Amino acid sequence: MDYLLTEEQIMIRDLARQIAVEKIVPVRAELDEQNKFPSDIMKAIAQADLFGIYIPEEYGGLGKKSLELCIAVEELSKACLGVSTSYAANALGSYPILLHGSDAQKKKYLPDIAIGKKLVAFGLTEANAGSDASGIQTTAKLNGNEYVINGTKQWITNGGEADVYTIIAITDKSKGARGASAFIVEKGTPGFTFGKKENKMGIRASSTTELIFNNCRIPKENLIAKEGMGFIVAMKTLDSSRTGVGAQGVGVAQGAIDEAIRFARHRVQFGQPVTSFQAVQHMLADMQTMTEAARSLIYSVSRFIDSGAKDFSRASAMAKLFATDVAMKVTTDAVQVMGGSGYMKEYPVEKMMRDAKILQIYEGTNQIQRNVIALDMIKEASRQK
Amino acid sequence: MNIIVLVKQVPDTSEVKINRETNTLIRDGVPSIINPYDMYAIEEALRLREQLGGKITAVTMGPPQAAEALKEAVALGVDDVVLLSDRAFAGADTWATSYTLAKGIKKIGNFDLVIAGKQAIDGDTAQVGPETADMLGIPFVAYIRKIEKVENGKMTAERMMDEGYDVVETSLPALITVVKEINQPRLPSLKGKMKAKSLKVTTLTAKDIDADENMIGLKGSPTKVVKIFPPTPRGQREVLTGSIEDQVATVVKKLKEQSLL
Repeated sequence: MDYLLTEEQIMIRDLARQIAVEKIVPVRAELDEQNKFPSDIMKAIAQADLFGIYIPEEYGGLGKKSLELCIAVEELSKACLGVSTSYAANALGSYPILLHGSDAQKKKYLPDIAIGKKLVAFGLTEANAGSDASGIQTTAKLNGNEYVINGTKQWITNGGEADVYTIIAITDKSKGARGASAFIVEKGTPGFTFGKKENKMGIRASSTTELIFNNCRIPKENLIAKEGMGFIVAMKTLDSSRTGVGAQGVGVAQGAIDEAIRFARHRVQFGQPVTSFQAVQHMLADMQTMTEAARSLIYSVSRFIDSGAKDFSRASAMAKLFATDVAMKVTTDAVQVMGGSGYMKEYPVEKMMRDAKILQIYEGTNQIQRNVIALDMIKEASRQK
Repeated sequence: MNIIVLVKQVPDTSEVKINRETNTLIRDGVPSIINPYDMYAIEEALRLREQLGGKITAVTMGPPQAAEALKEAVALGVDDVVLLSDRAFAGADTWATSYTLAKGIKKIGNFDLVIAGKQAIDGDTAQVGPETADMLGIPFVAYIRKIEKVENGKMTAERMMDEGYDVVETSLPALITVVKEINQPRLPSLKGKMKAKSLKVTTLTAKDIDADENMIGLKGSPTKVVKIFPPTPRGQREVLTGSIEDQVATVVKKLKEQSLL
């Protein structure tokens, strides 16, 4: 399919593909096996300017938007979701500053983020606050010219590796959801440490840790937007990042299909390649059709967002939901097409299947995405009455 | 520090065919790349610039389409490019090529170091580096695998030898050729690719570089290619299998049959 990409979009795709093929594929099994953060690959991505794709030119980026980011994420995801998660989490961590930060905050942080000198992480989840973000217990209290942060964030992608953390903490418990605020915390701030690195089923190249705040004092200027805006900042951030998670789904699905068909063409059973059997053909056809549908949705929603749309919660939730459910189904089927070989670590599809599972869980479970979609549909219907 | 990098556009892979009449390579229709050894030269120049500042100019001699190789160099991060292109340059051997490159380099001027790959993968002569240095009248060091330091107009570097390496000091300006052990070339950057896309490549002709017409192209080439041919295949070979004892017995038997034993 030709998605009528511009010359620059094709340039981004080709460069991300080159990184995937030359830098990621040769080491992905080792990164997975050893639970190892891909520092060298992050450097290569930085050198290629890919960290600056979605950052405005005035802050040292390329001034591109959601579609360009999705194109890069998709290509990296074809090779390894652990690497693409480490990359895409930078966008997630940057969006609070990009969407709601002051000009001074943007000037201070975005240029280093754009050139990949500083990695970013987003901290929302806690032990008692996952899908229910109102369960947040981390607090931030204003004390003179500083906020004092206490609490523990859990399962934070790029934890320990990132230099800049955008986190959500409660500034006024009595106000419920309106009592949350967003802050920027830099690595190295006294009172800010990292908990254990999680041992995960998939995306093992990515770092996932706790963020521990113990009387961590940050300057008042590190408050993003205003006090009480925390949930809005978090929700707008997630609205913007969902297409990227969907693009991860499209990438890993396509990567698995490419592996499966390459294998099946050469796998001979009953005297002929297994691709000559209709049972296998139909599986491959369904896998590619679903993946192409997911890609079309991701690109369409990205273009909708990039056109300057104000409210795109439902659209981005559908994009994330569909593409990541497809990713789980397609990677599982890729293992099936390859049979026993697919189950073995000598081939990359078992890893792709393990990796794909997180896409249905993080940045809003797919059940939560369905809630977002349905509630928006009901809201719209009630307005039309 | 201002650096000039010599690059050559070469045909990709081993898809190359030979024109039996002229005994030259057929380059039409074969995808072109930057000579892989020159990629190490570009990378080393970029690393030196990161340390010491200055400007990098990539130079090539070739037909107009060689501009593509120079654009690729820009995508990788070089600042400026010069294409030496003129019908009169055609058919040059390494001597005439080196003369032309030296004239081009003199025209660009103001350089501290010239870096080239140790050889090109098409001709494999490894002559253009040293010849160009000679025509520029500057020191030449081949097969550099590591640049140790550059200071006070001098450079210390490790020259790869068959066994081990030499540590060599040279005054600057100098011309060096590099081996693949020196670094790991980077990938292009998006900003570089965008710059390359809109770049207008500066082209200099024989006249622009004040070249003597008897020294360039076919006319200035003392080397004449008499014949290019694929090496004759070796005689029929046989690979023995089985136990060592059986294999030895077979060898002895065959040698006796041919009265060699």
